[in-house]
Amino acid sequence: MLLILEQTLNGLQLGVMLFLMAAGLTLICGIMSFINLAHGSLYMVGAYVAATVAQATGSFLLGVCAALPAAGLVAMALEWSALGRLYDRDHLDQVLATFGLILFFNELVKIVWGAQPIFLDTPAWLSGSVEIVPGVPYSTYRLAIIVVGLAVALGLYLLIARTRVGMLIRAGASNRRMVSALGVDIKRLYTLIFGLGAMLAALAGVMAGPIYAVQVGMGENILILAFVVIVVGGIGSVRGALVAALLVGLVDTLGRAFLPTLLQLAFDPATANGVGASLASMTIYIFMAAILAWRPQGLFPAHG
Amino acid sequence: MIRRIFCALAGLALLAAPASAADPVKIGMITTLSGGGSGLGIDIRDGFRLAIDQEGGTLGGHAVELIVEDDARKPDKARQIADRMVERDRVDVMTGIVWSNLAIAVVPKVVRDGVFYVSPNAGPSLLAGKGCHENYFNVAWQNDNLHEAVGQYVKDEGYESAFVLAPNYPAGHDAIAGFKRYYDGEIAGEVYTKLGQLDYAAEIAQIRAAEPDAVFFFLPGGMGISFIKQYDQSGLRESVPLFGPAFSFDQTILGAVGDAALGVVNSSQWSQDIDNVANEAFVADFKEAYGRLPSLYASQGYDAARLIASALKATGGQVKDDMDAFREALRAADFQSVRGDFAFGANHHPVQDIYMREVVKQDGVLTNRITAKAFEDHKDAYVDECRM
Repeated sequence: MLLILEQTLNGLQLGVMLFLMAAGLTLICGIMSFINLAHGSLYMVGAYVAATVAQATGSFLLGVCAALPAAGLVAMALEWSALGRLYDRDHLDQVLATFGLILFFNELVKIVWGAQPIFLDTPAWLSGSVEIVPGVPYSTYRLAIIVVGLAVALGLYLLIARTRVGMLIRAGASNRRMVSALGVDIKRLYTLIFGLGAMLAALAGVMAGPIYAVQVGMGENILILAFVVIVVGGIGSVRGALVAALLVGLVDTLGRAFLPTLLQLAFDPATANGVGASLASMTIYIFMAAILAWRPQGLFPAHG
Repeated sequence: MIRRIFCALAGLALLAAPASAADPVKIGMITTLSGGGSGLGIDIRDGFRLAIDQEGGTLGGHAVELIVEDDARKPDKARQIADRMVERDRVDVMTGIVWSNLAIAVVPKVVRDGVFYVSPNAGPSLLAGKGCHENYFNVAWQNDNLHEAVGQYVKDEGYESAFVLAPNYPAGHDAIAGFKRYYDGEIAGEVYTKLGQLDYAAEIAQIRAAEPDAVFFFLPGGMGISFIKQYDQSGLRESVPLFGPAFSFDQTILGAVGDAALGVVNSSQWSQDIDNVANEAFVADFKEAYGRLPSLYASQGYDAARLIASALKATGGQVKDDMDAFREALRAADFQSVRGDFAFGANHHPVQDIYMREVVKQDGVLTNRITAKAFEDHKDAYVDECRM
């Protein structure tokens, strides 16, 4: 029973991490109708900058403070120099161009930081574990990830539902021409969204740094999961991204944790292990297929 | 008519002419220099180059031309490069491949085409057993070796139950099989994870619930970094020690794992503190040339070059003109390996000692120190399947 509780928390934590990554992606994908495969590169840039600054200054928080603006700046420069020209092109062009950017960023990071993975430590005040209920110690850092992720979710909700910028973002999503006809600089708005998405990706990268490997190409793995999340959640919907991220995190973690054990009830241990492991790595894709069969637009379609 | 005879004679003359001794021996290196895992290929290349540079551009006193190409960890790309090196560049010897799946795609074809292949890393069971070939030599290991050593050590240390963890792909299953070949205690749990998995919270919770005495894991590259960090944060490390092969504790990786790796015991056929003249020179020269500590992979690249050097010296620089002589010279392995004693078994895979090392901090840098010897003159499990 306690194990189920712990695994559920693990699932929540993975989901929150995915949400940070998916929130930016879904904004860019849904509102700007732009497919940005290089989103994972911004995640990587965030982690690398944070690791470098944290190592130089000894402060994790300074690392975070440096990484977010750095990734935002990189993203805005990228948008201004390359991606801005692709908004009106079809999706294939966007996929090709941003895939090229993945290669570009991977090589760039290798030139700047070298091919070997680098180190980002858990801040001392978040290391160790707390007992959430007696007998279940849980990593403080992972709890912190959950808190930060939920805070970001709340902040995004307020931004989009309650502010003028949020109103423009929503309006821009429904009818781009009309918004610009009303005198709003839609280009600047897009640059803003792109920068915001990049900072969220960088935040995900920084939070991931102390528990995952900070290495070249680290963004690609999580990008695939982030795409699953935004497709399940409904492209363009931040609320959908949150719900889908938590669901995907839970399905993945619980699948990995309990499928092999459940299968042992029906098969001998060796078969159960083999089949269970294979099935566990498929669960989120099966889950995605099931959701899409039921609701082809995703759980919370952004546009009517 | 006369012209035809002339042509035929000229052709014959060409065939008969021995390759001039001044022609450099061509060595083709296909390795991973970009994308994920490129740190390994770069170290193999740098170790190999160091051996050439130490001899002033020669190996065994003979000029060599090293052609290096990047496979980006893609089997089809490696295969294309190999074809080009064999057909166009006409290389004499090939080396460099890091990954077993790439080796399986490339090696059988090039050795059939009459090119020697010296593997500086990948040692899949296929090439050690049923698929062995007289032109194929592995200077590093057979893939199972290090896992077997951990199994032996964990058994010898009296751990009664072990939880085992590896990615769900052929090398992962081989690793667990290798561990279990020598470990006869209870297996408290056996988990196969997704290849490239980032988060191990679920598995760590399972380990906590299973209450084993020890954990054996094989998670190469970034997977291992993530796992060790997360395992450390879970607080389990004090009660349930980790054991694994050298891959997750190598010099290329330790810096990224940090203090979470301190004190972990891992298996390796090489360590920078192995006490012999060749190793001392290698470690010192590598540090001077590249400004970093050498890794396991660098040592294997270096040994590959030195093995080739010893064979070139013995044959006077002949490779293709007298393949039998070159093969015999390679088989003799008459060189000072940085790991100490070295010999080839019947399937051209190493018969060697395998050590257990502990991760320590030395002058503020994490590195490994040998604490025990798991195997003396260890042979791989597939040698009897090999029919050359």
